[in-house]
Amino acid sequence: MNAMVQSGAEGFLHRFEGLRARLPGARLPWLAALREGAAEAFRVQGFPTRRQEAWKYTDLRPVAEAGFDEPLTMLDEGLALPPGHGTARAVFVDGRFRAELSTLEGIGFAVSGLAAALPGLEGRLGALAHPQGQPLAALNTMLFEDGLVVTVPAGIAGGMLDLVSVATETERPAAFHPRHLIRLEAGASLTIIETATGPEGARYLHNPVFEIEVAEGATLVHARLQQEAPRAFQLATVYASVAAGGTYDNFTLNAGGRLVRNEIHTTLTGPKAACHMNGAQLLGAGQHADTTTFLDHAAPDCASRQTYKTVLAGKSRGVFQGKILVRQVAQRTDGYQMNQALLLSPEAEIDSKPQLEIYADDVKCSHGATVGELDAEQLFYLRTRGIPEARARSMLVEAFLTEAVEGVNDAGARSALQAAVTGWWEKQAEAAA
Amino acid sequence: MTMLKIEGLTAEVDGKPILQGIDLEIPLGELHAIMGPNGSGKSTLSYVLAGREGYEVTGGSATFAGQDLLAMEPEQRAAAGLFLAFQYPVELPGVGNANFLRTALNALRRSRGESDLDAMQFLKLARERMRALHMPEDMLKRGVNVGFSGGEKKRNEVLQMALLGPRMAILDETDSGLDIDALRIVADGVNALRGPEFSALVITHYQRLLDYIVPDRVHVLIGGRIVKSGGPELAQELEASGYASVQAAA
Repeated sequence: MNAMVQSGAEGFLHRFEGLRARLPGARLPWLAALREGAAEAFRVQGFPTRRQEAWKYTDLRPVAEAGFDEPLTMLDEGLALPPGHGTARAVFVDGRFRAELSTLEGIGFAVSGLAAALPGLEGRLGALAHPQGQPLAALNTMLFEDGLVVTVPAGIAGGMLDLVSVATETERPAAFHPRHLIRLEAGASLTIIETATGPEGARYLHNPVFEIEVAEGATLVHARLQQEAPRAFQLATVYASVAAGGTYDNFTLNAGGRLVRNEIHTTLTGPKAACHMNGAQLLGAGQHADTTTFLDHAAPDCASRQTYKTVLAGKSRGVFQGKILVRQVAQRTDGYQMNQALLLSPEAEIDSKPQLEIYADDVKCSHGATVGELDAEQLFYLRTRGIPEARARSMLVEAFLTEAVEGVNDAGARSALQAAVTGWWEKQAEAAA
Repeated sequence: MTMLKIEGLTAEVDGKPILQGIDLEIPLGELHAIMGPNGSGKSTLSYVLAGREGYEVTGGSATFAGQDLLAMEPEQRAAAGLFLAFQYPVELPGVGNANFLRTALNALRRSRGESDLDAMQFLKLARERMRALHMPEDMLKRGVNVGFSGGEKKRNEVLQMALLGPRMAILDETDSGLDIDALRIVADGVNALRGPEFSALVITHYQRLLDYIVPDRVHVLIGGRIVKSGGPELAQELEASGYASVQAAA
């Protein structure tokens, strides 16, 4: 096949034209309409540019300029799955759910691939992710082929579920846009540990969209370990809605990929809902990672906590944008946001933009940002105790990240994160040696 | 045998000369004190000996157990057996005290060709040393020096010294900010290490500490130079007549 692969928004729209009749759920009128609407929105908006406020610090041109093909996963040989953390595991290869690689027996709630479940998802799919003004959600809605559908019934403790995404090395760069729907009914609980990886040489775009509903008194811990291949793009968007007394606990580790966006929209819709959004971005030479959060306090007596830490080595760039909106109804809101960056190289760059928009009058809201280097005095102190310089540096980097990791309310997720952080640092230290 | 030999040492900070030619010799097994008014160069001397960046040696030499001390990295100086107890111990949020102490101890053990202590072996040793210093055990669990009172920080310095077992310790104003009870505990900790294989340089502004840690020799540092040396009685003289009289005589 010598057909030209088109790039940019046109390339994706062209793909949609060619695929629309064959995409999963093409015969479902509600879904066909949803996709058409998304395509129209994407056609009008195109890829976001830096002229848009939400994309001021992240330039998507490398994504727009790359030509993507459909993933063609031929062989499972040599497919390296990352180690699991729990007993249940859902595996995706190049964005497609692979039942035969997954372990989902004997769990007390419903899990399935999205493609097979589409007929029952009218009204649920697209309830939180709207294509208007959200080009990446539009792109995902237009082209998603699969995803995970999780429903934990009322009162059920779901335990831990691994969500694994593996990319394969394809001849041409591949793009996949999984849509994951996660619903916890009243009083249910679940921990999801999501790991996204790919082999060293793989080039791909992973554009997942999550729609997460946490009902009254339910608790979802969502740990995302982004460890994509070094040349990969990941543009992830999470939409979460938390009802009264519910908790959504998101931790995102951005350690892999070349150009990465972690965008989270959380709405607290009922009294005493809580949201923790923590994360660590660990960046080395040539990497760009952007965490953008939008927290909507839409009910009284809710609490939110955000702690983001970015460590930058080599010529890398980190971005944090965090907006907290406190609506007039959201009296007695308790909001806290902190983002801190540690620059290990003079070539590294961090941009941070916290934003508070408050309409309620009885509110406790604070935010802060710091940027610094390793403290020379702390380093000297450790070295006078006989600790070699490289070890002393890694102790201080780990200490810097500790606060963000300690905020995760699940011991299993916490130790998985700790291991990922340590692994990243060891790789950096090796590269520097 | 000479543990530490300093000859004609000059050093500057930010281009400003501080040490103006220090000569000092500490034989193995002896404890010397350096006394001096504020700004005389006491802390600069301790930092230069420990190898702190930004303290530039412009002349002279310092030899530690026959090795060129000034050519060594800070961690190599520690491995050679030199320990600096800081005047202002540094806080390390996020670094657990136990993890810190064990990492330091094992780094030194490795440099001596010894095997690492595991967590249990370390805890047993640390608890023993802490009891002697009247330190509550939860100080192991806290971040290094984080939220410690002045006295707790100084005790933590002495605990590190006791665990790491240096051949020579420099105590930089370890008495500052201590009440009399804490001072006694810290002094006991230092005295417990004294012996024919242990040397120390105690830097202090006041004679008070030297009532509890009795030095073999006392040196007076003024204007970046040692202007007078003598026996322990020199400390009492200074207490009675002040630094001005020594300065006038020098």
